[in-house]
Amino acid sequence: MSPAFLILLALGLGLVGWLAGRARAWTFLRANRETPIAARPNYHAWYVALWIAVPLLLFAALWMALSPTLIMQSVLASPAAQALPEFGFQRDTILSEARAVATGGAQDVFNPAARDLVEPFRSAISFYNTIGIALALSMALVAGIWAYTRLKPDFRARTRVEKVVMAVLLLASLVAILTTFGILASLIFETIRFFGMVSPIDFLFGTSWNPDPMSNPEAPQGDRYGAIPLFWGTLFIGAIIAMIVAIPLGLMSAIYLTQYATPKWRRWLKPALEILAGVPTVVYGYFAALTVAPMIRDAAISIGISNASSESALAAGLVMGVMIIPFVSSMADDSIAAVPQAMRDGSLAMGATQSETIKRVLIPAALPGIVAGIMLAISRAIGETMIVVMAASTAANLTANPLEAMTTVTVQIVALLTGEGSFDHPATLSAFALGFVLFMVTLGLNFIALSVVKRFREAYE
Amino acid sequence: MSDSAPSTMRPTRTEAFEQRLKQRYASERRFKMLGFSAIAFSVLVLALLLGNMLYSGVAGFQRDELRVSIDFTQAGLAGNADTLSQSDAVQELERQGLPQVIEFAATEQLGAAGAAEVSNQAWREVAQDIIADPGLLQSQEDFWLPTSGDLAQGVDGEGSPEMQALAQRLVAEGKLETNFDIGFLTRSDATDPQMVGIWGALKGSILTMLVTLALAFPIGVLAALYLEEYAPKNRWTDILEVSINNLAAVPSIIFGLLGLAVFLTIFPNMRSAPLIGGMTLALMTMPVIVISGRNAIKAVPPSIRDGALAVGASPVQVVFHHVLPLALPGILTGTIIGMARALGETAPLLMIGMRAFVASPPDGFTSPATVLPVQIFLWSDEIDTGFIERTSAAIIVLLLFLLLMNGLAIYLRNKFEKSW
Repeated sequence: MSPAFLILLALGLGLVGWLAGRARAWTFLRANRETPIAARPNYHAWYVALWIAVPLLLFAALWMALSPTLIMQSVLASPAAQALPEFGFQRDTILSEARAVATGGAQDVFNPAARDLVEPFRSAISFYNTIGIALALSMALVAGIWAYTRLKPDFRARTRVEKVVMAVLLLASLVAILTTFGILASLIFETIRFFGMVSPIDFLFGTSWNPDPMSNPEAPQGDRYGAIPLFWGTLFIGAIIAMIVAIPLGLMSAIYLTQYATPKWRRWLKPALEILAGVPTVVYGYFAALTVAPMIRDAAISIGISNASSESALAAGLVMGVMIIPFVSSMADDSIAAVPQAMRDGSLAMGATQSETIKRVLIPAALPGIVAGIMLAISRAIGETMIVVMAASTAANLTANPLEAMTTVTVQIVALLTGEGSFDHPATLSAFALGFVLFMVTLGLNFIALSVVKRFREAYE
Repeated sequence: MSDSAPSTMRPTRTEAFEQRLKQRYASERRFKMLGFSAIAFSVLVLALLLGNMLYSGVAGFQRDELRVSIDFTQAGLAGNADTLSQSDAVQELERQGLPQVIEFAATEQLGAAGAAEVSNQAWREVAQDIIADPGLLQSQEDFWLPTSGDLAQGVDGEGSPEMQALAQRLVAEGKLETNFDIGFLTRSDATDPQMVGIWGALKGSILTMLVTLALAFPIGVLAALYLEEYAPKNRWTDILEVSINNLAAVPSIIFGLLGLAVFLTIFPNMRSAPLIGGMTLALMTMPVIVISGRNAIKAVPPSIRDGALAVGASPVQVVFHHVLPLALPGILTGTIIGMARALGETAPLLMIGMRAFVASPPDGFTSPATVLPVQIFLWSDEIDTGFIERTSAAIIVLLLFLLLMNGLAIYLRNKFEKSW
């Protein structure tokens, strides 16, 4: 019984209930034209439909979760299953192979031991499918009839339906909290497992990062998990190099666009900046790795730096800075626009030139908003993944030379989790610890930035 | 009189003042130039990026092909419309010796050196042609078959001198051409850059986006309606709002970690399935839709709500009959922008394992798939230089899609823009 089938069944029966409920409500209307019924026929219809579809969908979810276990139990109870190996991987493979054949997912078994189990699987699946459909149908029938009999001319179907609508709205908004909770739970859970193997002190203050996914997980080598070089690489690329590019360019772009550009130019330049923000980061990464990095290496070699690497922090940082420009510029744009016109006019009336007004009045007044924008930009830069994955390297390097290869937190998360490592190995788990640090840092930056913006906005009201 | 006036009045513009003014104007001009050059630099980088992709991407839509004329009447391949409609028709043709037939024809027409440079997967394309039109087996046909990567380099004047010489000879004989490769849009991933296509990744992207849209749009809109219209002002609502705003700023890779730790634990058999990818991206897109949806709902004037309430509508009716239809264009604009972001997203999908080599387009929401940005990432890692052009071509396809989506968003915004 596929989930799609149950969902379609619920929708189909719901439609039947909807039509029946509406027909019933219309008979009330026709029977007594003088006294209006308490709710429009459509609400009666929805009332019946909801009573059929909602329990059925809940049952479907429950059955999806429950039936594999039930099927497995009945298969294991069959005589053919007694020949299975006791535990472990082989047993699981045989079972899943037999299931694949029984459900039509595979043509034939690979392992002869699985052949005897196909028949028990088939019969168990069809048995529980029949039970599931019978239960679903009888439940829909009972709920539908009950709801149908409750329909009366003075039955307030609308308030009942609206209660369900409100519950759905509340549930939808809970998804955000659930997601936040899910992120925190999954990160914290795995991070605690990691810290059970490697001490947090080694992780946070060690200066050598060199995890070995092939090493014995029973003997974690704490001195291989010093994350300082990663934190430094992340800061150096995202918060230093990228910001050296993005802050002046973004700020000056915003100033030019808001203060100097004629409307005609603005109509062209602003969308161009927005395109810059809309380009996928994987494209920037490709550009950085294929065009910018070789360019920087050649330039470095031509001025006499012979050991310039083709995977430099500078290439990743520069391109990331370009990516961030529209972000800084739109934040600066907003906060400059929020400065009251009277302050600008006052300065101009005193005889200041436009640039003096911008430098001495507008920017100081807009500063909190600009700073908040920069913090958001930094948080975005240090969380950025694809540019650094493609243009920076995986070699951890604690250096201040931008021409050297460097690695970042996000690069390491990708590198550790796309390998073949098992989930019980500290090397794999350390990715979650890195993710946790990244999450907390970006969260902190966002939180500070948002509260700065909030306070600043109130200042002129 | 006018002659004597200057002697009684102090001059307003002294020499020093004039000097200072000049400097201030100069600095004004410098500042303005600085602003202009900042934005010019950004636009220049954008132009460089796009120009770069276009320049090398155009070559990615082409491939070098060798002309081989195959006389099937002599080949002894059996098959008719019935047998060739079976699912194993390609294997059947291989078993009957189609690759050898092609190799024989190629050796005869191109020489041994030329035949060796026909891509060893080329027979699959011929097999597809035969399956599409079994009548081919009764005739002699010209086929343009992809070359090997080495010969393709030779055509470009790179690679080994032998290959360059061979390429020159074949081009001169009219047996080697660089043709527009329509198959790039209809094939899937392969190990040979001459044989790859974008369709598998594109289909994966479309399926993933469908899941994302189906989950993120209703949840996002309903959550926005709740927060904007019904939520009481209390601590609980504050927590909701803060968590939504924070989610919108969480790095995308964190959502990948969430998908890896939660979704793949619940559905361990669905690694790299569009369903899981779509669910992960939906969590990422949902806050964006909520935030833009709230702005759109906020823009609906209160008088409309009051009017509806005044004629006896219930609060739920007010929202679903009046506010939501008016806010919908704004919500749609925000949704398209959020979806465009999700379409270009790579990192979370890498985390949940959508980086597998998938050589056939996915046939459902639960079958292994890859998406366009991940395909770009995978190709960019290939050592074979033939992939460079293909990657740029894939980037052009991705950018075109994004342009289309953003264009739609702008069109919607302009069409439905209202001032109350």
